[in-house]
Amino acid sequence: MLDRRELARAVLSERGDLLCVAGLGAPAWDITAVGDTPQNLPLWGGMGGAAMIGLGLALAQPSRPVLVITGDGEMLMGIGSLATIAVQAPPNLSILVQDNEHYGETGGQETATRHGVDLVAMAKGAGIRDARLITTMDQVAPFRAAAHARAGLVFAVAKIDAASKPLVLPPREGALLQARMREAILGPAAHLE
Amino acid sequence: MEDWPETIFALLRKYDVKQVALVPDAGHSRLIRMCLADNAMRVVTLTTEEEGIGMMLGAWLGGQRSVLLMQSSGVGNCINMLSLATLHRTPMPMLVTMRGDYGEFNPAQVPMGQATQPVLEAMGTLVNRADKTEDVGAAVEATLKFAYNTYRPTATLIGQRIIGAKTFGKD
Repeated sequence: MLDRRELARAVLSERGDLLCVAGLGAPAWDITAVGDTPQNLPLWGGMGGAAMIGLGLALAQPSRPVLVITGDGEMLMGIGSLATIAVQAPPNLSILVQDNEHYGETGGQETATRHGVDLVAMAKGAGIRDARLITTMDQVAPFRAAAHARAGLVFAVAKIDAASKPLVLPPREGALLQARMREAILGPAAHLE
Repeated sequence: MEDWPETIFALLRKYDVKQVALVPDAGHSRLIRMCLADNAMRVVTLTTEEEGIGMMLGAWLGGQRSVLLMQSSGVGNCINMLSLATLHRTPMPMLVTMRGDYGEFNPAQVPMGQATQPVLEAMGTLVNRADKTEDVGAAVEATLKFAYNTYRPTATLIGQRIIGAKTFGKD
């Protein structure tokens, strides 16, 4: 069982121009704990949509690596998007599910992955060829390298400890979060579109 | 004026729409074919319409314009996800072909068809309707401009009077 913050720190180390979308709840707090930056879009809502936001962004910015970090509950809610994304297969998109087998924000109720639902198998079944399970920290660096390589769609499930971490909240103003990422990508002209 | 799909396609070109998200509907089939044939547009077929809401946010973050094509029943699938458009102030134009509308044959289409406009408006979407073919162009152009110029969810509902009702041979 990995520590979710250690995992986020390792995946986002020396991130260069990598853009990161994080699903609502703990994944958003995790990427913020690593360091809040305009290259992050921590979500406050839209449960089930994180991977699709990553798809739209990856298609629009093929020269940049795009990483979606989300939880097992959020990924399960948008599970059909794995089919949609597998068909498009943008080579600069990677998805990391931090799987603690629980709905951590709502009292720790069990998710379907607690009962054997295998997200790696579902991703493979959708047609994502590089779908991997991460259970040790030494598997993280190769995933990080693949996320930066822009050489193919990558999906990973990392089994993490279900323990909650201290809250590290990003800005709540969604217009700011959107505008700052657009400026980071497109420059000040983004605001004149 | 039977060429309203061509009119919409020309508008998508004019407004530089690069990502076209859709769940197919018979009413949009000609437009979908034209989009698929255009190398400047990335057509993404969704498993459920709400995926398109997320995708439109991602496209805008990356500097591209997008549109969501769907049938009115798909609007119901988008409700909570539409929060993203209001929260982030994201242009999200939606072109909706109506069912459960004028001349409907299938009772199952009526509840969501009749709720489509109120549901969109309840989520902050600016909605206009086209019930005559000659109105489609102006309505769709207004929807695209309103979305891209004022950063919000917008929709044109294309009425069943234009599309024609599917009657399974029981007219």
